[in-house]
Amino acid sequence: MSDTALTTPQGAPLFHLADEHEHEEGGSTALGFWIYLMSDCLIFAILFATFGVLGGSYAAGPSPKDLFDLPLVALNTSMLLLSSITYGFAMLAMQRGRSGQVQAWLAVTGLFGLAFLSIELYEFAHMIHEGATPQRSAFLSSFFTLVGTHGLHVTFGLIWLVTLMVQVKKRGLIAANQRRLSCLSMFWHFLDVIWIGVFTFVYLMGMLR
Amino acid sequence: MTPAPMSDHSPIIHAIFGRLTLESLPLNEPIVVGTFIVVALGGLALLGAITYFKLWGYLWREWFTSVDHKRIGIMYMVLGIIMLLRGFSDAIMMRLQQSIAFGGSQGYLDSHHYDQIFTAHGVIMIFFVAMPLVTGLMNFIVPLQIGARDVSFPFLNNFSFWMTAAGAVIVMMSLFIGEFARTGWLAYPPLSNIGYSPDVGVDYYIWALQVAGVGTLLSGVNLICTIVKMRAPGMTMMKMPIFTWTALCTNILIVAAFPVLTAVLALLSLDRYIGTNFFTNDFGGNPMMYVNLIWIWGHPEVYILILPVFGIFSEVTATFSRKRLFGYTSMVYATVVITVLSYLVWLHHFFTMGSGASVNSFFGITTMIISIPTGAKMFNWLFTMYRGRIRFELPMMWTLAFMLTFVIGGMTGVLLAVPPADFVLHNSLFLVAHFHNVIIGGVLFGLFAGISYWFPKAFGFKLDPFWGKMSFWFWVVGFYFAFMPLYVLGLMGVTRRLRVFDDPALQIWFVIAAFGAVLIALGILFFLIQIGVSIRRRESLRDTTGDPWDGRTLEWATSSPPPDYNFAFTPVVHDNDAWWDMKNRGYRRPESDFKAILMPRNTGTGVILAGFSIALAFGLIWYIWWLAAMSFAGLLAVAIGHTFNYARDFRIPAETILATETARTRLLAAEATR
Repeated sequence: MSDTALTTPQGAPLFHLADEHEHEEGGSTALGFWIYLMSDCLIFAILFATFGVLGGSYAAGPSPKDLFDLPLVALNTSMLLLSSITYGFAMLAMQRGRSGQVQAWLAVTGLFGLAFLSIELYEFAHMIHEGATPQRSAFLSSFFTLVGTHGLHVTFGLIWLVTLMVQVKKRGLIAANQRRLSCLSMFWHFLDVIWIGVFTFVYLMGMLR
Repeated sequence: MTPAPMSDHSPIIHAIFGRLTLESLPLNEPIVVGTFIVVALGGLALLGAITYFKLWGYLWREWFTSVDHKRIGIMYMVLGIIMLLRGFSDAIMMRLQQSIAFGGSQGYLDSHHYDQIFTAHGVIMIFFVAMPLVTGLMNFIVPLQIGARDVSFPFLNNFSFWMTAAGAVIVMMSLFIGEFARTGWLAYPPLSNIGYSPDVGVDYYIWALQVAGVGTLLSGVNLICTIVKMRAPGMTMMKMPIFTWTALCTNILIVAAFPVLTAVLALLSLDRYIGTNFFTNDFGGNPMMYVNLIWIWGHPEVYILILPVFGIFSEVTATFSRKRLFGYTSMVYATVVITVLSYLVWLHHFFTMGSGASVNSFFGITTMIISIPTGAKMFNWLFTMYRGRIRFELPMMWTLAFMLTFVIGGMTGVLLAVPPADFVLHNSLFLVAHFHNVIIGGVLFGLFAGISYWFPKAFGFKLDPFWGKMSFWFWVVGFYFAFMPLYVLGLMGVTRRLRVFDDPALQIWFVIAAFGAVLIALGILFFLIQIGVSIRRRESLRDTTGDPWDGRTLEWATSSPPPDYNFAFTPVVHDNDAWWDMKNRGYRRPESDFKAILMPRNTGTGVILAGFSIALAFGLIWYIWWLAAMSFAGLLAVAIGHTFNYARDFRIPAETILATETARTRLLAAEATR
């Protein structure tokens, strides 16, 4: 904005732009998506706060020490972290304009994401099988809700990822698709950051309670 | 009505209709049936008229699918005004009930019905009256004030509106199919939990707010981006019109507050649907956590409503005093300070929770501090008027009524902020009087000021001043009659939400309040008459200049109503009051060399997505799982399908712009020679 001249060459004030500048399509998308992510972050903040309040309310039921299998969670964490790295490779390929490589890295990212979800579902099923259901105690209610909400986000991320792969295949790496890939990239890394919070505050600190 | 026991139904019927049965229709409540007949007849007449005059195609093409921020803004206003009628019906029913239920009389409403009415009144007035009206004004005005052609995400804007409208539809459905919540407008657990509210009322509440909440959040993101990214060249942050500033702060509040509401309602639904223990009294749950969380949203929410209205008053005061706004910078800082402070006061809504003296003191003090920036604003408006050439047009009259009324509401607010006083006044009619004092005396008066100020911009003719003044006086006087008695009653210890009373000495106050409500009813009626009369007299009220009030900001630089593209050339800004500056420095409107303009294309996706959302909510409310699953699948499919549409813009050719602008040139010339 500041680089636009506000006066005529003679120094008289200019009241309108004779040479039309168009706001380029999607110029606000990155900012808008970023703001949306921050609002999503607030939802997680509430879920973390809820877990913080209720995380010790076992209601004479199982506690984290009875339930959590840290090696499994570590494996799960590595799946998600790796998927973030591979998404990064997809973005690098996108900047070089290699749509085939982008597709390949997106596919790898999707597989890591799928592995993460499968392990999470296995963990949930195992816990529920042992009687540690979301209804059992406020601790378990908040645990399943926080971790499950993250899992739901990953699920939607996967649906989005597949959609984008189809769109890149159909139209190549046009500007609109690049913008969409960048948004999903932000989303995916954001989920990674949230998961690090979950891993630390729910699993690691839960074992110390 | 409790849901019919499952044994009444064969499993198949139950699978198809969930817990929806014929008994769910409130056929045994004559008031509801009467209302339904009136609404149905009115609705049929409206639909018939639209069909008869062959308006469906026009409405669909030009309005429902429009991504033009101006049309979306107007649709928000229409939604808000329609819902005001519903919310006010609830209000006057309560006033009538409370004024007659004395001396053993049960009044005319049973508790089942009365409790729904006070809940629906609060929910509707906040979410479906005040919010759409505020959002509508921001939508219409902000892009014009910053010299933009639309918002950042035009499709999202249309979608946001339809989600808000879908929420309103869900609330209205509860009137005739099933029932609404009987919990009060914030649905505190454990009352709102499944054990004490097993029927559909709270589910209607939850899903109406969740659906509308999506719309509110997205429109918040949209307007922030618009203001940050699309200002005209030269318009630095400290040259933005004050209404745009307040809109920016409000939308930041929306984005930072509504996710909290979404999350807390989601937790409540988990408690209700799958039996988790967030807000239960056993298995470690904690109902007070709900109260904390919902007020972390709820307190910023009241500032979401009041901040833009402060902006309206600032614009109106400066325009009708023919002076630059006094203390622009302090006004901006006051707005920002209020934005931040609004997050640090939520606990004052429940000092009686028992959080202890130090916590209560903290929140009491932060609450009182808010009166400082608010007071600064008040003085800014006063000093703007000081030595100004004040014109007492309708918007200015609303502003003056606001300044007098809001100060009273502000002072009772500071009184309530003192924890020991609050222990006495908590949950009393004093509180009810206080928040109506600030919401009616602040938000509503401001909305009326804004509507009468910007109406000529939106439609090209002014509102009729006579009926406007009638509406004004009945509203203002009616307000004082309706709510000053509640202050008295509250000080005498009468609590809120009561249906019947024992002490006959109290009755006279309730009768006075009911009289006030009747005056307000006339105020609303005269407002509607004002619109009707103005449409009929539109030729004599016509605004051909685009600048009927001798305005100061950019929205008055273009024609009334503005063309689709708002500005043929993007304006360049040198001063806070950009249009005033342009007028003073001999700005000449360009009359040739127009270029084609890229504009967003209309789309029906928003309407379709909102329709699926209503079906999804209905399925979830009535446990009709197949409907919920199918509409969710439909939502996903349509949303994904929409992303495959890459052709979202079209060009308005230069010839069209030349024709439009030449017509305006002729109109202005005719005006000048008259």
